[in-house]
Amino acid sequence: MSRPLQVQHRTVPRFGPARRRPLHSSIQTCCEPNSRPKGIPQPTAMSTIQLIAGENEPHPDVALVERVRGGDVLAYDTLVRKYDRQIFRIAQHITQNREDAEDVMQDAFLKAYEKIDQFQGNSKFYTWLVRIAVNESLMRLRKRRTGKMVSIDEDIETDEGSVPRDLADWAPDPEQNYGQAELAEILRKTIQGLPQGFRIVFVLRDVEGLSTEETAETLGLSIPAVKSRLLRARLQLRERLSRYFRRKRGGEK
Amino acid sequence: MTCTEFLALLDDLIDDSVTPETRAQLQEHLRGCEHCEVTLNTTRKTIEIYRSHEIYDLPPGLRERLHAAIMARCKKGC
Repeated sequence: MSRPLQVQHRTVPRFGPARRRPLHSSIQTCCEPNSRPKGIPQPTAMSTIQLIAGENEPHPDVALVERVRGGDVLAYDTLVRKYDRQIFRIAQHITQNREDAEDVMQDAFLKAYEKIDQFQGNSKFYTWLVRIAVNESLMRLRKRRTGKMVSIDEDIETDEGSVPRDLADWAPDPEQNYGQAELAEILRKTIQGLPQGFRIVFVLRDVEGLSTEETAETLGLSIPAVKSRLLRARLQLRERLSRYFRRKRGGEK
Repeated sequence: MTCTEFLALLDDLIDDSVTPETRAQLQEHLRGCEHCEVTLNTTRKTIEIYRSHEIYDLPPGLRERLHAAIMARCKKGC
């Protein structure tokens, strides 16, 4: 076949939170100090210098954490504003409930603040924070289900989507066929249908930009387990989205 | 390479963590397999769509409430 290959050059960056555009512009108004695109760290005097310095330099959060340890609560505020969106999103993806996600976000940041002396610095502050938020989210789910055990392993026995069935190609830029609110609803509904153990891995790894190793560490899973869940999560999402995004045949809407 | 073998390496291909030799084999398979090409492209698109769209907005006022809670905790503890 002579069609051009599209194998290379479009890899998904794996480190650092993804930059994304909001579907509802209204949210931007609530957070003036952080209205810059996600994924771009807030320039504090320290972080600007250290960002330029390259990969072997300490992560800019290290200096902020040191200031928090020294009693500088405003430095903690900077960390909160840098990561609150991500933490809220993760909590929302796990609990699937807005009130719970709000509580989880608050509890996670307060807990991290109280335990900041326990942060070792051998992982990133963000990864440490995500681990706290994941645990808080699972605890919240447990509480909601009146003590029933909740783990990231539940519901993953299904083999659905492991082998692609819907092989229709998608329309070019298929998301353009939907309004913003409608698209957000499709994306929410689709990811909510994934088994919990797949959804968390996909969210941490592909949406929030943790590496495979960081995802494994955060969830207490082996690296092969993360990889296997990620593949199945991606394929299942793809399969489910095909319903909306497949190229329409001539004459059909 | 079979389609099953291709699928097993799909993530590594998407995440750009394959050796040049494996990449060449994957490309060779893609040249003759439209199904795998569609799977690869639409899976990439799936990830891209989820990365680029905010589907859960930060509720208005949440940031301020959190800020107040942290300040309150700080006055007690520091």
